[in-house]
Amino acid sequence: MDERRFKKRVVFLLLYLLFAILPVYWMVNMSFKTNEEILSTFSLWPQHFTLAHYHTIFTDESWYSGYINSMIYVAINTAISLVVALPAAYAFSRYSFLGDKHVFFWLLTNRMTPPAVFLLPFFQLYTTLGMMDTHIAVALAHLLFNVPLAVWILEGFMSGIPREIDETAYIDGYSFPRFFLTIFIPLIKAGVGVAAFFCFMFSWVELLMARTLTSVNAKPIVAVMTRTVSASGMDWGVLAAAGVLTIVPGAIVIWFVRHYIAKGFAMGRV
Amino acid sequence: MKPVNQKAWLLILPVVLCVAFSAVLPLMTVVNYSVQDIISPERRVFVGTEWFKSVMRDEDLQGALLRQIGFSLAVLLVEIPLGIGLALSMPAKGARSSAVLVMVAISLLIPWNVVGTIWQIYGRTDIGLMGAALAKLGIDYSYTGNATDAWFTVLLMDVWHWTPLVALLCFAGLRAIPDAYYQAARIDGASKFAVFRFIQLPKLRGVLMIAVLLRFMDSFMIYTEPFVLTGGGPGNATTFLSQYLTQKAVGQFDLGPAAAFSLIYFLIILLLCFILYNWMQRVGQDAATTEGAAHG
Repeated sequence: MDERRFKKRVVFLLLYLLFAILPVYWMVNMSFKTNEEILSTFSLWPQHFTLAHYHTIFTDESWYSGYINSMIYVAINTAISLVVALPAAYAFSRYSFLGDKHVFFWLLTNRMTPPAVFLLPFFQLYTTLGMMDTHIAVALAHLLFNVPLAVWILEGFMSGIPREIDETAYIDGYSFPRFFLTIFIPLIKAGVGVAAFFCFMFSWVELLMARTLTSVNAKPIVAVMTRTVSASGMDWGVLAAAGVLTIVPGAIVIWFVRHYIAKGFAMGRV
Repeated sequence: MKPVNQKAWLLILPVVLCVAFSAVLPLMTVVNYSVQDIISPERRVFVGTEWFKSVMRDEDLQGALLRQIGFSLAVLLVEIPLGIGLALSMPAKGARSSAVLVMVAISLLIPWNVVGTIWQIYGRTDIGLMGAALAKLGIDYSYTGNATDAWFTVLLMDVWHWTPLVALLCFAGLRAIPDAYYQAARIDGASKFAVFRFIQLPKLRGVLMIAVLLRFMDSFMIYTEPFVLTGGGPGNATTFLSQYLTQKAVGQFDLGPAAAFSLIYFLIILLLCFILYNWMQRVGQDAATTEGAAHG
């Protein structure tokens, strides 16, 4: 009975993985084909194997600088999100104060606003501030949806840590910053890892805001990709190769945080 | 109970400032637009609630709203159970666990416009794997020609894209359950289902709350993927709210009505999330009290 159940699980998992991987395989497959082959023939693997699309990306500055720009603002965004969210999540998990529940829900509401709503106001705001086409502008705009998420996730992890630990540290004469940095944050490493992954992910894949706020100097890879649509039709091969390359940084990030995710977290408050 | 400490406000101040900078000013701009007729940057006329009235009467909008609600419900009904099932089937330890974790997470890391583009090719019957496979099976499939096919393709794409989010959250939640719970269940001779219903599910409540709300909000605001895949068509079968809004704001440059629409849109999401949030909290508490009663 248990044996059969186990097998059923494995079959289900394998089926899902197949479902998950096939579209990705198709993209990888396309990235090694010539454009004529992509559009004319159905082939399970490249008939005329070519690295030309990757070559285009690595030699054209506007392409590879797209990756660099994306990485810069994603890194800034993730760093700011975590730095401001950590103390706030601590406050929400440890104290009650005037309006705490309302502020918590208000933070979440910012994740509920369609990005399209913010496009025009953001454009005007950052133009007025003279910050258009800078990495920091995109990083700040993305705080809108990443900070609430980071607070939400971190608060859950922190609520899982018994309050006696804080009290003991204060009795031992630790100041709040010292306790927070040297004792508390190491305890919730896993939460920081998971929150960082989610911030990275949402900022990395967002297109609308990033495209609106940049033109040349900070143009992210997601926006550069839209350029593959031109008068002569679409450059599918380059697009597929660029897509394959966008997975790489994220895959590295998840490889680093996988142990933290596997450690698990139970959410206290919500 | 948590101690009352008003100084905690100092700790949340940075968050409030950051988010307010990005949220409050733009939102005020939107409110400002929603009550004006902007003929040119210099000429604006205050029109009061006129835009709101016209938006509410807009039949295309009502259609998009209904399609949107149907789509978001379908997303939740498929992705939440599938995500839980997936989390339960993923290996917990070892190199295999890491490999599965990375494979599951890949779809989350692909930029949204690329997701749409991959599926655009993937679903084509002449050069795409899925389309060709369906055609081989003798199914008359065309996501560009048939409204039902288009709708299901968008749904399938969303399931492919976002189920991993639910699965990762649940996976992390499951790992946090202490072994002692499982040992106790084994001693009681509990069935697999009982373990799931009375140990795993209650412990997943917190992460499920995040998963359900996130998936709900995000699917309600879905824009890029269907825009790239189907462009909203055929007809308007896959024109969801966000796309309709963007058409109005950017395409027709109707700032006033678009702003009024934005606010109504936001209030709808807010209301639905609030209902969902309270409902889930109540269900959780009921479960907790029956559980307590069963133990006591």
